[in-house]
Amino acid sequence: MSLSPPAERLWWKEPIEGVELFWVAIALVWAIVMFLMMPYWHVYGNQNLSSEAYRTTPERYTRKVQAMVDQYTIRQETERNIPVVRPPAGSDVYLLARLWEWYPVLELEKNQTYRLHLSSADWQHGFSLQPENINLQVIPGYEMVLKITPNKSGAFSVVCNEYCGLGHHLMIGKIYVK
Amino acid sequence: MANSAEFRTCPDTGLLFHKPAETLMKLNAVAGIVFLLIGGVLGLLMGLTRWPEVHLLSANSFYMLLTAHGVGVLIFWIIFFEIAVLYFTSSTLLKSRLATPRWAYLGFVLMVAGSIMTMVAIFQGRSSVMMTSYVPMSAEAHFYLGLILFAVGALIGCFVFLGTLVIARAERTYGEGSIPLVTFGALTACIIAIFTVASGAIILIPTFLWKVGYISYIDPLMYRIVWWGMGHSSQQINVSAHIAVWYAVMGVVFGARPLSEKVSRTAFLLYILFLQLASAHHILVDPGIGSEWKIFNTSYAMYLAVLASMIHGLTVPGSMEAAQRKRGFNKGLFEWLRKAPWGNPTFAGVFLSILIFGFLGGISGVVMGTEQINLIIHNTLYVPGHFHATVVGGTTLAFMALTYWLVPVLFRREVILPSLAKFQPYLFGIGTIGLSLFMMGAGTLGVPRRHWDIAFSGALFNHQYPETAYFLLGLAGLSAILAVIGGGLFILQIVGSVLFGRRRGETKSAIPLIAQPVGPGFQGIGIGGISVPGTLVLALVFLTAFVLYYFVNWKYLSQTWGLS
Repeated sequence: MSLSPPAERLWWKEPIEGVELFWVAIALVWAIVMFLMMPYWHVYGNQNLSSEAYRTTPERYTRKVQAMVDQYTIRQETERNIPVVRPPAGSDVYLLARLWEWYPVLELEKNQTYRLHLSSADWQHGFSLQPENINLQVIPGYEMVLKITPNKSGAFSVVCNEYCGLGHHLMIGKIYVK
Repeated sequence: MANSAEFRTCPDTGLLFHKPAETLMKLNAVAGIVFLLIGGVLGLLMGLTRWPEVHLLSANSFYMLLTAHGVGVLIFWIIFFEIAVLYFTSSTLLKSRLATPRWAYLGFVLMVAGSIMTMVAIFQGRSSVMMTSYVPMSAEAHFYLGLILFAVGALIGCFVFLGTLVIARAERTYGEGSIPLVTFGALTACIIAIFTVASGAIILIPTFLWKVGYISYIDPLMYRIVWWGMGHSSQQINVSAHIAVWYAVMGVVFGARPLSEKVSRTAFLLYILFLQLASAHHILVDPGIGSEWKIFNTSYAMYLAVLASMIHGLTVPGSMEAAQRKRGFNKGLFEWLRKAPWGNPTFAGVFLSILIFGFLGGISGVVMGTEQINLIIHNTLYVPGHFHATVVGGTTLAFMALTYWLVPVLFRREVILPSLAKFQPYLFGIGTIGLSLFMMGAGTLGVPRRHWDIAFSGALFNHQYPETAYFLLGLAGLSAILAVIGGGLFILQIVGSVLFGRRRGETKSAIPLIAQPVGPGFQGIGIGGISVPGTLVLALVFLTAFVLYYFVNWKYLSQTWGLS
């Protein structure tokens, strides 16, 4: 049995049970299907991550964010006067994660594509767009770029879902889609 | 050959115990169970804090104790117990003396010292960095140092295991053939463990040096990639180890032999070759990683490790079915299952472990490890939902089941409160199933993991999660209570039995502790030429659930914002 050495010394020469062979074949086919689904989705699906990213520093990235904020702010919200930024459709938009806020608030147009840049000024953070439930890792020193195309309008929340210290659960931002 | 006075033959099972190995098994198992107790109590506090209506702990305590919970059970409980499994499957199953017992003791001492050091660092309150301790957030230096010491100790245990295999082979203690399948599975776990410890050393030693000031910068992305070489692989040790335990228990309870040695061993070999690649699961939404890298690694080359798990999923219950049918339970599709010893916690625990690991842990793991689907799952509560199914429902339950058998065999004591033991695995299993399912459900609705307050009170903005999410978190809290009661009963029974259980003495008891091995071949069993038709039906049900759930998630993904 399984606890003792194989009864047959030349166990690798024993024939394989039919049920096992059948199951291995089915499982292998399923494995191949699942494997092919990923490249298939890169070609035909609409939700793929680009691998575009740049090394950066918190200072350099913060300057880029601030330049966008200075140019496109349309109003301010909350008692902390967080700027709401409305960059032109198709442009580069920047979101900064830092302890413990998402800066700034973005206002986007529905069915327009933007190049979203993401980075952190300090620790690792998690970009979690709710209620869409799109989740990305935000890492200091790296500027991630991906094209986003909001297909619904409304007020979306950006929750932090990578633990980032004591104020982690207070870190929440907004993206408005008009 | 060592002095025969150093050996004890178990009168009930005929197993030969080398006394130093026996002591080390006991020590490691007991240390593991201490951490299971700590981790379980902390788990209850986690469940009660994430239940929004209860919201038990303060934010500070929650993050500190969540760190302790993760490290305590995911690393310490599991690896202590696995070292015991390694010594059992080498020394005991191969009837050999344990290699270099003094080194093994040293390994144990290092593991104890390291685990205490890290736990102390966490409870001092300045190392609330979660188990992952992602840089540039930093813990106290002794948090890392403790983990490093623990890993060195575990590595010594691995080499003692390998040394024992060499001795057993050289001294022909188990005859001329190959090692038993269960030992082969443990060897798989050991090889993966060495890879795990190496990855841990490569990342934790520099991080420790960074903390004390000798290194100025640790790249956070590199940290994640190498750290997960330890973090994920340590859970792959569990998979190999608990599947070895599944096979072992089927042998103990039914005298089952594998359907074919070749297929089961090849499946373990696939683990050695491909299981490690899955550390990529954690990097799928990180910046700058190429899609080819992600696809190749996240799919274990081409789902070859999933193939291996699906094989074990058939062959473990299949070996049981074949054994039962040969014992006369050959009627219909499922007589073998109906007539199984459902009141025996060793069997019930393993069977539940197979179901929970396969249906909940396995399917969810593959789905969320799909490159694009990970976008809608990464870092949500779905992730702990998944790994509570694999590690709590799969590994822990299997180890509990084995422990019920080890109490009389290793400790020579009767299990106290046997009527309680009958339903303990069900209580723990059902609690874990609920916990996993409800956490996964809440994660699907976007609830983040490692998050103290999804109501965001006091935050600048607000976000209202659906009412269903709150309801699911409440159910998860209730399930956690159930699972912790089940786990508590286990610890009560095991500790009670080891300390106060009736001694079995050195005579053979009337109730056998190990079944007679069934004969080879499949003549005269099964239906229509299929030797294990019941298992095949179960496997096909599993596959159907898998396929449906897989494509449902692609459907969810297709409805979100366009990303490219």
